[in-house]
Amino acid sequence: MSISAVFESALALSRFGLGSGVDGVSAVSNARDSLHQEITEGAPEPQGADLKTTPDLFAALYIYQQEKKGIKDGKAGAPVSAISDMAMTQALQPKKDKPDFNPVRDAALTEADVRFNDTIKSPVIGFNERLVMFWANHFAVAVKKSQSVAITAGAYEREAIRPHIFGHFSDLLLAAETHPCMLDYLDNQQSIGPQSPANRKGTRGLNENLAREIMELHTMGVGSGYTQADVTAFAKVITGWTFSRTVGKAGAIPGTFAFNKRAHEPGPQTILGKTYPDSGFDQGKAVLLDLARHPATAQHIATKLARHFVADDPPAPLVAKLADVFRRTDGDLRAVSTALIEAEESWTPHLTRFRSPLIYLSALIRGTGIRMKPAAIIQALNNMGQPIWQPSGPNGFPDTMAAWASPEALSTRLDVVNALADRADPSIDPRDFARSRLGALLSDQTRDAVAHAETRAQGLSLVLLSPEFMRC
Amino acid sequence: MRIDRRQLLTTLSVTAAFGGLIPVIGQAAGSRDPRLIVIVLRGALDGLTAVPPIGDPDYASLRGDLAVDKAAALPLNDLFGLHPSLVNLARQYHAGQATILHACASPYRDRSHFDGQDVLESGYSVPGHTESGWLNRFLETLPAEQKVGSKGLGIGSTTPLIMRGPADVLGWAPSTLRAADPDLAPRLMDLYTKSDPALASLLDEAIKTGKIASGQTPITAMGGAGDPKTMVAMAEGTARLLTAADGPRVAALAFEGWDTHAREAQRLTQLLTGFDNALGAFETTLGPVWNQTAILVVTEFGRTAAVNGTQGTDHGTATMAFLTGGAVKGGRVIADWPGLKAAQLYQGRDLTPTTDLRAVAKGLMAELYDTSSSALARRVFPDSAGVAPMRGLIV
Repeated sequence: MSISAVFESALALSRFGLGSGVDGVSAVSNARDSLHQEITEGAPEPQGADLKTTPDLFAALYIYQQEKKGIKDGKAGAPVSAISDMAMTQALQPKKDKPDFNPVRDAALTEADVRFNDTIKSPVIGFNERLVMFWANHFAVAVKKSQSVAITAGAYEREAIRPHIFGHFSDLLLAAETHPCMLDYLDNQQSIGPQSPANRKGTRGLNENLAREIMELHTMGVGSGYTQADVTAFAKVITGWTFSRTVGKAGAIPGTFAFNKRAHEPGPQTILGKTYPDSGFDQGKAVLLDLARHPATAQHIATKLARHFVADDPPAPLVAKLADVFRRTDGDLRAVSTALIEAEESWTPHLTRFRSPLIYLSALIRGTGIRMKPAAIIQALNNMGQPIWQPSGPNGFPDTMAAWASPEALSTRLDVVNALADRADPSIDPRDFARSRLGALLSDQTRDAVAHAETRAQGLSLVLLSPEFMRC
Repeated sequence: MRIDRRQLLTTLSVTAAFGGLIPVIGQAAGSRDPRLIVIVLRGALDGLTAVPPIGDPDYASLRGDLAVDKAAALPLNDLFGLHPSLVNLARQYHAGQATILHACASPYRDRSHFDGQDVLESGYSVPGHTESGWLNRFLETLPAEQKVGSKGLGIGSTTPLIMRGPADVLGWAPSTLRAADPDLAPRLMDLYTKSDPALASLLDEAIKTGKIASGQTPITAMGGAGDPKTMVAMAEGTARLLTAADGPRVAALAFEGWDTHAREAQRLTQLLTGFDNALGAFETTLGPVWNQTAILVVTEFGRTAAVNGTQGTDHGTATMAFLTGGAVKGGRVIADWPGLKAAQLYQGRDLTPTTDLRAVAKGLMAELYDTSSSALARRVFPDSAGVAPMRGLIV
């Protein structure tokens, strides 16, 4: 391998990936080839017998809530007639013997376990998984909203985000905005067309939340030219986009998208100067497709991608390149991702970014090969300030060094690393570990500090807290 | 049933010591049931501070401010004293139960902690053997019928290398043991200052505001294996497990924090107090079993004979070792003292090693367990036929 190839392997793992795995930087012989290969392969699919689909999770939640209600009311059983037999069997099976079994917590533990102990370890670089994290944060949900958001947040990422990260942006957009988790999170199931049959009494009305966030956060970006009137009209267009929690309501399978005609605002709507005739669900779909190909959307996505992967203050030529590819290809994310790794601006040698807690923890786990208990994973992310699927708002977690690098953050990272190094395989020689995992990024200063450490655990801690491991 | 010559000798000597008034209790079976404990002090304890050669004419001038005051040292003999914090050890010494060894070293002659600990614990003469430790391989040499003692005891969040290997090991750690390393933040600060000013200023703020405990914070209450209180908790737990009728008989534990490049006097006072309290806790908690116990205390290497520029010492070569417990023929200092004159120092800077630690360890196993010389020379300490077991360590 040439010197530049060796350096590129280390740089790619840090900048585009989730850090080196246990086989070290040398597992990547040609960084650019590996990155292209991950684009070709698509996102890794979380594997696990305990992972449930959104409908099954809704069923489990329904039964759990009914049982709790039954216990409260002093009733012996729970009315489960609304649930299909199969869903019921599945929902009742796991850990039924445990009296404090909580399917919401169980789902969070299962999703965390599968992702951090398996999924993130499978790609060589992890560019694809980084993109999953990026897009899941772009289309953020927050589990504090409700139990149904909480129980389906992981399934939402698996079902709506993951399959589309190298597809067309419009497909990703449509999958995210029609998923029950997002509809619940941003209240769209409560939004009733003022003139719709469901509002005959005139007591219900619009909820603009989802419509606004689609324009402000998911597509065009704030201040990009849309008006309040556009938001209101768009909100009317997507009235009736909902989901049912039980059979019967809206006539759909529980936990799947449903178009409720009775709640849909009748009539054409004008958005950004274009009038969309009322074609039911397709009216909203048409708006989404136009928003997906709006030039402001290209600029917005290009800026966020360049910031996430390259620099807090992304180089303008790189943003321009990505936006241009986005526009020319109608939002083909495979083309945009390829442009990102092929742009020379993406390969500047200096690491200026600060790994977010999510990426940092992933790198820790990949690098050490440790298996963490799911509760410990959740706890570590909580402590480091990035609780899983729990940003403070729909804008997701911040993505700059200023937001993550603080005295508190260093303090919690020290604690996390101390605990991890303490339990790490004691035969790991931290000097070899540093060379293997950081490769050409390893600085002389870090190498010396590690060599002089008092114990293996301390040496390992120094590697994992070194600037080249903290940054990306 | 094994006929044990030394058991007989022990009985005789105890009887003799107490004028034959005290009957030997619980020894009807006639076989001793020894306990062997090895404590590894990670970080390289400065033997010239722990066991100051106060009678050496060059000691005070060589050590300057770091020299232990002759008046303060707990006297052992004309040449040596103990650090004032080691009160339990001094008591055990004067009770004839502790032997102090000096100018000892493993075969390792370089100055890396990891490699030094590898050699000390693996029992191999060169670094790089991290698959098993000599104490574990020793367990494998025990006769098959000796079921009770065949399982080792490893204390801490991970079993120390010395106790890892093919023989079964029971793991235990005090619930109060936390992953805390008071020396990490200062070392990280040093690294960030050299290579990442932005992170350095954040860490500096974290330390100054007390968010991160550092070398400036007392090392007590941090809960790591270098916390004096945790050392005591580890000792008590180990002792309890070793006194169980069907429990393990051989244990290993490690105390950390001995790498005193700066502020050595203050740090060693805290650490040695914790360590000494741990020795006291062993004696108290083991109760009657203390009389059948030998505790070996070792560290990977010593430190420079001279003081460095930060009131500490850097990595060196020879240092002290301790052997204590009711089964130890104590009250002695075993040292072929090399002297502290410049020409007498190893490579002109460190205390010169004159005793191979393997001889001490081999002697212990040979006398406590009748382990054969060939097993000790091949299996326990590979390629050590040239290092004869030290005899007469056990009563």
